[in-house]
This record gives sequence, C-alpha cells and structure tokens, in this order.
Amino acid sequence: MKAIHNLFEKVKPNFTDGGKWEKFFPVYDAFETFAFVPGHSAQSGAHIRDGVDLKRTMVTVILAMTPALLFGMWNVGLQHYKALGVADQMEFLDLMIFGAWKVLPMVVVSYAVGLGIEFIFAIINKHSINEGYLVSGMLIPLVMPVDIPLWMVAVSTVFAVVIGKEVFGGTGMNILNPALTARAFAFFAYPSWMSGDKVWVNTGGEAVVDGYSGATILGNLATTGQAGTAYADWGIAEMIIGTIPGSIGETSKIAILLGAMILLITGVASWRIMFFSAVGALTMGLIFNAFAEYAISPEQQAFMAVPYWQHLIIGSWAFATVFMATDPVSGAQTEKGKIWYGFFIGFFGIMIRVFNPAYPEGMMLAILLMNVFAPLIDHYVVEGNINRRTKRLKLANA
Amino acid sequence: MSDTQTLEKKKSEPLFSKKNKKLISNPLNDDNPITVQVLGICSALAITVKLEPAIVMSMSVLFVMGAGNVVISLMRNLIPSRIRIIVQLVVVASLVILVDQFLKAFLYDVSKQLSVFVGLIITNCIIMGRFEAFALANTPWKSFLDGVGNAFGYAWILIAVAFFRELLGSGTLFGIPVLGDPAAKTGLYALGYENNGMMLLPPMALITVGVIIWIQRAKNTKLIED
Repeated sequence: MKAIHNLFEKVKPNFTDGGKWEKFFPVYDAFETFAFVPGHSAQSGAHIRDGVDLKRTMVTVILAMTPALLFGMWNVGLQHYKALGVADQMEFLDLMIFGAWKVLPMVVVSYAVGLGIEFIFAIINKHSINEGYLVSGMLIPLVMPVDIPLWMVAVSTVFAVVIGKEVFGGTGMNILNPALTARAFAFFAYPSWMSGDKVWVNTGGEAVVDGYSGATILGNLATTGQAGTAYADWGIAEMIIGTIPGSIGETSKIAILLGAMILLITGVASWRIMFFSAVGALTMGLIFNAFAEYAISPEQQAFMAVPYWQHLIIGSWAFATVFMATDPVSGAQTEKGKIWYGFFIGFFGIMIRVFNPAYPEGMMLAILLMNVFAPLIDHYVVEGNINRRTKRLKLANA
Repeated sequence: MSDTQTLEKKKSEPLFSKKNKKLISNPLNDDNPITVQVLGICSALAITVKLEPAIVMSMSVLFVMGAGNVVISLMRNLIPSRIRIIVQLVVVASLVILVDQFLKAFLYDVSKQLSVFVGLIITNCIIMGRFEAFALANTPWKSFLDGVGNAFGYAWILIAVAFFRELLGSGTLFGIPVLGDPAAKTGLYALGYENNGMMLLPPMALITVGVIIWIQRAKNTKLIED
C-alpha cells in the first residue's frame, strides 16, 4: 500500500497545473481516488458525512453481480458440453474454464471500450472521470448471448456510452440505462446474433447430440407454446437453479436472489422497485391466465396459460428487475414514483413477452420505456404532493 | 432623366454581392434548415435509407423551393395577406405535382421508392417557412438565391445521412456493394463484419442527424441555446 501511495505522490507533479501531462489530470485523478480515499472534501452546500461515495456504491453493485457472473461462466461451459453430449464426463473446473474463456473476453472488451470513451470525454471536457461505467461495463456482457462476436459488443458499448450517456452529460445525467441501451442497440442492429436458437449456447461448430436445440425457454414458448423440447424438457428446478440457455447472467435465479439480498441489505437498490415489479408481473400473468381462452392462436393460448408465477423465473425478469430497473439514475426518484415505475416495468415486460413473438423477452423494452416515463411519474408525484399540501394549508387558514 | 439614372444605379447591386452570397452560404451551415431550424425532419428520416432516393428528393425540393420562391416573390405585392397561406399552398402544390409527374415519367423506380413522400413535399415546413419568411418580403433574384441556398442546406444533410445509413446499413452506395458480398462472404464480410440492421430503421436517421447537430454546435458554440 505504501509503495502504491509513494508512486502516486511521485508522478503527481506531472499531472497538476503546469505539469507535463496536465491535460490528463482526470486519468490520474481516477486512478488515485480508485486506490485511496480522496483527500479533498466538498466545497459548498450542506452535506452528509458518510463513508459511502459513488465508488463504494458501484463496487457494492459489482459485488452483487458476481454470483450471477460466476454462475453464468459455469453455465456457459455446462450448456456447451451438454450440446456436445459429454457434460457427464466433465469436471466442475472444465466447465468453469470453458466459460471463463468465453465470458472474460467480453468483460474485458466492454470495460476497455467503455472506460476508454469515458477517459476521452473526461479529458476533452476537463471533468473528473466518473465511476458509473464500472457497473454498466459488467452488466453489458451479462445481458449478451455467449456467441455474439466481440466486435459487436464493442460497437454496442460505444453506442451506449456515447449516445446513451455522454451526450446527456455523462454519469448521473443519462435518461436510459446504458447497459440496456447497448443491448437494445445490438438487438436491433444484429438481430440474428441476439435472438433465435443459435446464439445462446456455444457449440464451437462441433457435432451436437441428436435433437439438440439451443432455443431459450421464451423462444420455445413464443414459437410452440411449450417451455421445453425433446432435447431438454425444462422443469421448475432448472429454471430456478439456472441450468438453461439464455443471456450469460440471467439464467440462475438463485445467484440473482443472492445479488438482490446484497443490494437490499446495503440499501443500494430500492425494494419498492423490485417488489412492485413482481406485483406488476404477477398481475399481468394473472390477466393472461384469465383470458387465455381468447388467444388468437393455439401457441399463444399455451403461452398465456403458463402459470402466472412462472413468469418470475422464466427469462430475464429477475435479472432485469434486480440489476436494471433499480438503476438510481434512470429510474424514478420519488418513493411513490418508484411504486408505479416498478409496477409498470413488470406489467409491460410480461405483456410484451407474451404478445409479441418478435421480441421474445420484453423486460429490456419495458425498462427502457419506463426509463423514459420516469421523469413524468416523478412530476405527477411531486405535483400531487404540492396540491395536497396547498389544500391542507387552505383548510388550516379557512 | 438624371434623377432616375442615379436611382437605378443605387438600386442595382452586383448579382453575387456579399449579401447575396450569404443567402446561399448561410443555410449550408449556421442557419441550416434541418440542423439549426429543425425543419423538414420527417422526410430526412423517411427517405434516407438509400442514397439515390435522397438525392432525387433533394433535387425535387431544390426545384420546388427555387421556383416557388421566385413565383411568390413576383406575386408578393398582389397577394392579400389574409389568404397568403392558401396562395402559397396552391403554388407549392402545383410545383410538386409537376415534380411528381416528371419523376413518374422518367424515374419510375425512384418515384416508387419515394412513394407518398414526393406529395408530402407540400407539407415540408422548410418550403412554407421560406415563402413566409423570405419570398413575401424580397425581390425575385434574392428569393431565388435564398430558396436554392436552403434547398442545398437541406440536401447536404439528407445526402450525408443517407450516405452513412446506406454504407453501414446495407454495405452499398447507390446500390453498388462497396464492402464486399454479404452472401458470399467476400471483402469485409470475410472478416466477420455484418451490416447494421438498426441503420435501416428510422431512429438511426434521427440519431445521425443528432450527431451532425452535435458536431456542428461543438464547432460553433454560438448556436447552442440555453
């Protein structure tokens, strides 16, 4: 620790005013504050004294995502060897190594590209580098299918950071969740790599077992109305544990629950958003169950008749609710607003999922939609509060 | 006799005086109808998937705007101000029908691609805007320059957007493949490159226009509104 501190002190004169690399002060500042608690304090206004700052918050979220990431790596290996029909002969370590070999490059690309852009913008705009990207950079690989080419991850990241975030003024100013912006971009730009039954399981072009299908549960439901196929008949246990094909981080509900607990205990994420997203999803599920007989096709009828509570363990509802909807920047800010915001995310997510076979997973679009509406919800909550209090004032004066 | 001569001399101005040149150059950059006035966005989103229709559209608007501005300017002292919008509409509608018939006769394929958007030139805010704001108050020659200038301002944005959308979305320019053959996997496609499907969707046109606006305002900070 001492050595690192000395190193920082030694190179510091180069970056301060008049130094050789004066322009790159934000880069130095970012590394210094990452390693040590910053020595400067806020200059104006009222502040709360607290050990938690943006960096600690972000690190907590990353910690919460780690179980999903590790499970995702293992599952990538498992699905790969299962497709080749040799999963039984493989050790735990084999699966992990194969998964890490596929997933870690995506994490590295996402961080390198995203942070690179953040650094460039910080240097041009002469502001300090924000930590916001630490979370987005981890989320982006977790919401991508394993087989997507790395350059597509890079292009999506560029789009998300520049158009989704920097044009609005950087961390804290963005309207849309950057990680979901990246996923939406990849989804619409390269649909053949983001949907269908070819991309969720890496087969490496090798011979696969008879009857193999790499479709996700939602993909199967949208096309046939059945969750599983002859190759793999998914039960409730698989959906909860997560040994199913899907985006890297979304499959295991247990790992996500673990992350949710970390976020809730540390108070980083809002329980209102998570809870009411579940309420919304269950409400829509119940509506579908009640009206399943009016479906326009037998496939859709089967999809609508899926027990309402299963929508919480199918697809990415859990991951999106825990890690995406609770983004404090793009979500609703008022406590009452969070209730409506969360509710509609669950509600629309399940609606899009069932009604539109072109979008097998609706959570991405539902959250982006509600991101846009979050300021409006907040506006009406604040207005309502003002009206209530004016009425009370009038009553007291009358 | 001598009085009228001096009067005429005062009036006559070189055809391309500094002021007149400004009428053409301003709309190209600092007073661009699309990126600064934010008019005519609908057509900029709708017909910029490919270069060819974008260029044909630009030419059509160039003709309608140039001719329309001259016609309105010639009639500017005759039009009762109460019904001027109707008169402007009649002028622009007749010109657009001329263009539409011409395209149908000589460029049938492009006309098919542009479909309803040729007719919708009538509702292009830039044209009505220039009639109202300029042609009604200025001489025909100046109005002509103003119309042509604004049409070029509109055109270069359209063509720039269409260039990027066709290149990145379809990998072609004017329908000619420039990045290789996606089906046979030649050229860039052999390296794993793929066309960006989102470039073909209207949101990307909006974002491309937005990026042009961004670059323009970063260069000329006077344009930034609070």
